[in-house]
Amino acid sequence: MKNWPLWEIFVRSKQGLSHKHVGSLHAADAEMAMQNARDVYTRRMEGVSIWVVESVHVTASDPDEKESMFDPANDKVYRHPTFYDVPDGVTHI
Amino acid sequence: MEAHLEKRFQDKIDQEIKIEPKDWMPEKYRKTLVRQISQHAHSEIVGMLPEGNWITRAPSLKRKLGLLAKVQDEAGHGLYLYAAAETLGVERADLVADLHSGKAKYSSIFNYPTMTWADIGAIGWLVDGAAIMNQVPLCRCSYGPYARAMVRVCKEESFHQRQGFEIMMTLCNGTTEQKEMAQDALNRWWWPSLMMFGPNDDESPNSKQSMAWKIKRFSNDDLRQKFVDVTVEQAKHLGINIPDPDLNWNEETQHYDFGEIDWEEFWNVVKGNGPCNKARLDARNKAHDEGAWVREAAVAYAEKKRKRKEKVA
Amino acid sequence: MELKIKYLLQIADNAMIIGHRLSEWCGHGPILEQDIAMTNIALDHLGLARNLYQYCARLEGGGKTEDDYPYKRDVRKWRNLLLCEQDNGDFGKTITRQFLYDTFNLQFLTALQDSHDEHLAAIAAKSLKETTYHLQYSGDWMIRLGDGTEESHDRIQKSVNDLWMYADESFLESEADRWALNEKIGVDLNALKLPTQNNRTEILKEATLQIPESGWTQQGGKEGKHSEQLGYILSDLQFLQRAYPNSVW
Repeated sequence: MKNWPLWEIFVRSKQGLSHKHVGSLHAADAEMAMQNARDVYTRRMEGVSIWVVESVHVTASDPDEKESMFDPANDKVYRHPTFYDVPDGVTHI
Repeated sequence: MEAHLEKRFQDKIDQEIKIEPKDWMPEKYRKTLVRQISQHAHSEIVGMLPEGNWITRAPSLKRKLGLLAKVQDEAGHGLYLYAAAETLGVERADLVADLHSGKAKYSSIFNYPTMTWADIGAIGWLVDGAAIMNQVPLCRCSYGPYARAMVRVCKEESFHQRQGFEIMMTLCNGTTEQKEMAQDALNRWWWPSLMMFGPNDDESPNSKQSMAWKIKRFSNDDLRQKFVDVTVEQAKHLGINIPDPDLNWNEETQHYDFGEIDWEEFWNVVKGNGPCNKARLDARNKAHDEGAWVREAAVAYAEKKRKRKEKVA
Repeated sequence: MELKIKYLLQIADNAMIIGHRLSEWCGHGPILEQDIAMTNIALDHLGLARNLYQYCARLEGGGKTEDDYPYKRDVRKWRNLLLCEQDNGDFGKTITRQFLYDTFNLQFLTALQDSHDEHLAAIAAKSLKETTYHLQYSGDWMIRLGDGTEESHDRIQKSVNDLWMYADESFLESEADRWALNEKIGVDLNALKLPTQNNRTEILKEATLQIPESGWTQQGGKEGKHSEQLGYILSDLQFLQRAYPNSVW
């Protein structure tokens, strides 16, 4: 094997926030990926929690299907609160 | 079909919509990016060597920690950039092999020697200064993963130039010998730093396409001019002289005029005739070759562990 | 006071020299990710050394600075363990050196947190967090290399054999150790021996490595009797301070 496998790294920057993709790195196994992620991506106190996922295990949506995947959500305005009228003076809603 | 896709691609770029890894892109766009991003990554990695030279000889605890952290950052930057290149369907191992065989290029500046401690100051101040000029616009590059990597790089890079300037400042405020050391370093690093922006615009055939694709946002000469304008003022603060007799403020253009760059030297260093080209590649190859058994062992162990796990399950 | 400084220097010099050795790897590691990891560990050690040298300078007063200790003492005044100054060798030798040191250091710093010198106890507590990670790193690599390929197994076994005679110098008491223990500033080294050795044995076993028979222990570091290697480290480390004395950097 010429390359160690590639891993995707997700970091929670502080309690209360979601993990966010920050980049990737190479490691021979999950433990090493975790240590490397800590050394590479949290050197400046960027995180409080890390996820590592081997890149081959990520299934991504196909950009060619972007329109059929995501455009249909475009006209579903009734999913957003501003679609509904509330009379003036009604509060806490 | 291809023409249609290409038009849609260019429309997206014109509307400042980022291109992401799996999106359709012209093969030439992909190749240009792979070349540029990997060269950039190689430069970070080779760039560790001239400065790394002085880690064991840094003159104080503060300087040692600062330099070590800086050179480590460069390893990190190389890593982010290789990862960005890998989203384009290449593997780091192949890119690195091209570097080691001498096929791939990296920034020529790192083929000059660091002879004195002041060179560490000059590199931070000038070389990182020039790099930042080049890199800040790349944060808005049309290719998403490259742009995101550059945001990270630029965030971390900001302490590098300050550190370099502070080293120069300390030397310039020090003894006569120290100030001479600083001037000597400026003399040697000034012209190579100007060369970092690449050939003049009319000699840079790929630039036009890169600008249209928004991989590049400013021309080589524009960035070089900007660098000269800000750096001349910084040199005045240090009280040392830019080694260019033709350097003059031009009232009309509101920029500094400066002398002709020795392009013969530039092309020679690019082609491998710089003072340290061979030493740099030798050092990279040595580290890689001597690390082979370690990389193999880690793979073998991971494999054993996986099999044991399967057995238990 | 003199013994207290000696005691602090024992700890500081270990961190300084092993950190310096690790810093030699920067730019030359077996793979980018490991280059970054080793440098992080080097920075931890050098940071600890700096904290302790600052403390020494404050205690001694008289215009002493943190840099006086690493940059202006000759070999015979250094108090680090011989283990720390051993050359990097291949990656496996560096990992072995680190592993032997980390296993000791983990126990040492754990105990040092209870020092009656509050400042020292606080430094130990901070450093212990770092050391816990260092040992995880070096221990994992001992196992990977020991239980990896035949080549890696043989290489790391040789490093273990070569460095074994430096493994236990840390438990030998110097005059400063005895004084510090007496004053409740220091640590009872004898009590650290068993947990350290158990920890080592456990990991070496998992790494499928032979534990060398305990034999002769090299000693002298704490009293300033060093190998030839330290002098070469210092000629790099101290070059600028020696070539341009009384300069500010």
